[in-house]
Amino acid sequence: MSRLASSRTHRRRGGVLGRILGEHPAGTAFVTPYVVFLAAVFAYPLGFAVYMSFHDYFFAAPGAIVERPFVGFDNYVTVLSDPAVRRAFGNVLIFLVINVPLTVVLALGLATALNGAIRWRTFFRVSYYVPYVTASVAVVGVWLFLFNSNGLVNSILGPLAPDPSWLVNSHLAMPTVAIYVTWKQLGFFILLYLAALQNVSKDLYEAASMDGAGHWKSFLNVTVPGVRPATTLVVLVATVTGANLFTEPYLLTGGGGPDGASASPVLIMYQRGIEQGNPDIGSAIGVLLVIGVLLLALIERRFVGRED
Amino acid sequence: MRFRFVALLVGAFVFLFPFYYMLIGSLQGEPDPSVSGAFPSPGNLTLHNYSEIDKAISLGRSLINSGIFTGGVILGTLVFGVLAGYALARLRFRGRGLVFNLMLLIQVVPFQLLTIPLYVLIVRSYGLADSYGGMILPFLINSTAVFVFRQYFLQLPEELFDAARIDGASELGILWRVAVPLVRPALLTGVLLTFIGPWNEFLWPFLITKQQNLQPLAVSLSNYLTTVSARAANPFGAVLAGACVLAAPAVTLFLIFQRRFISTNLSSGVKG
Repeated sequence: MSRLASSRTHRRRGGVLGRILGEHPAGTAFVTPYVVFLAAVFAYPLGFAVYMSFHDYFFAAPGAIVERPFVGFDNYVTVLSDPAVRRAFGNVLIFLVINVPLTVVLALGLATALNGAIRWRTFFRVSYYVPYVTASVAVVGVWLFLFNSNGLVNSILGPLAPDPSWLVNSHLAMPTVAIYVTWKQLGFFILLYLAALQNVSKDLYEAASMDGAGHWKSFLNVTVPGVRPATTLVVLVATVTGANLFTEPYLLTGGGGPDGASASPVLIMYQRGIEQGNPDIGSAIGVLLVIGVLLLALIERRFVGRED
Repeated sequence: MRFRFVALLVGAFVFLFPFYYMLIGSLQGEPDPSVSGAFPSPGNLTLHNYSEIDKAISLGRSLINSGIFTGGVILGTLVFGVLAGYALARLRFRGRGLVFNLMLLIQVVPFQLLTIPLYVLIVRSYGLADSYGGMILPFLINSTAVFVFRQYFLQLPEELFDAARIDGASELGILWRVAVPLVRPALLTGVLLTFIGPWNEFLWPFLITKQQNLQPLAVSLSNYLTTVSARAANPFGAVLAGACVLAAPAVTLFLIFQRRFISTNLSSGVKG
């Protein structure tokens, strides 16, 4: 069908069909599966989530006709007055305050060190990227072993080891999760910065050294402004990744423990929405999270993306 | 200069040590969390942990499930993603700009936020719980791969396509016989970057598979971690053995093809 249509338009480009469908109608056929996929898996669920969050939505037997009345902002009121939800949103802020700056500083620092001719360059690049390609479930196993009460980290620290230990300490659980995620994702951001560093003009470094700037000065005055677009991207991607936090609190701290100190919004969303069977409440948490991320992204863009 | 090298070396140690420790831990008969335990002592090395985890979660079955899940996503991405990438790069049709912008927009929608509605739709409405179809569906076409395919198709010279069209080839024929053979490296890149998504994915397959014989390894291992391991003789050994099995395919693929992971997809991502 599409084959026929395309060969016809080649004979008369700009014909009636050409004006309606464009020069290559086959293109429409080629992107249709992808567009259907985007609609079914992204657009429709997004709208459905908003719909559920404003209705008294509950699970019913398939095919059963049930009434799910419109309840206005009731679900949002329930969510916002739930101390566990408020705590989870607070936790994610703690996470982001640690994770985002640490990611930017370490990734830019290591990328700058890696940039240029250096021995074992490939080895370094590969070793930084390995955690990123490995399943979190696998790496969580070894972190549990390392940060256990009598794990290797504490036996090296000896008397300096925190008590209670890292992952069961209500003050340290979230920071430890934040550091774990920073470590796991850093390789990806290092490579982003490495690509961005290729676009910083060599002339600027020469000009800086003619003006007598040392390594540190030229890093601050040439590198940092030069990779600003990449920094904006890194900050945004790190924020979105942080807002998605689920696997780590679920596995590393045994379901957001101790006592909810490391629970994330997605974890609470899963517990309320699926475990406890309230998809309307879960959806309201999801919608609030999206709004929160969008607001944060706007603020970050203002501060990081500004032109000097 | 020397400082720079030392800093990089310290960094590499921090990144690689947990992997080394994972391997050592998986081979220890008795868990040894002391400092000396980080160095293998031949008397304490055994493959027992691997058979332990295999008994608990049946590694083979889990690996097959991970393979089917990942394979389905790769197949979907190669078939539908290449079609879409080609159309977005080389064909002029109504709505092309819209589809392209949608593709970019998708990259910033956090998938986890769609979890609840997708769960309600796929599990409750379509009855696809505990099925490979339900597992694969939300990941069927990897948008990053579509983007990479598009970038490669864009680089091909237009004359090639004009010549084929004058010869009367259909668009599908041009794609299959002219364009695809020229972008084989893009296909490999697409497969590699698609692979790590479903292979490592936890939340979605965890939600929709309750039957153990359908769970991918990431899910069965985490279930072992949260429930069974408390009762096992050497829980860490068994968990780390499972972790090594889960990590090995992704890490091996990455080591073999590391150049491809690095140079292409990321730089196109930054510039795009």
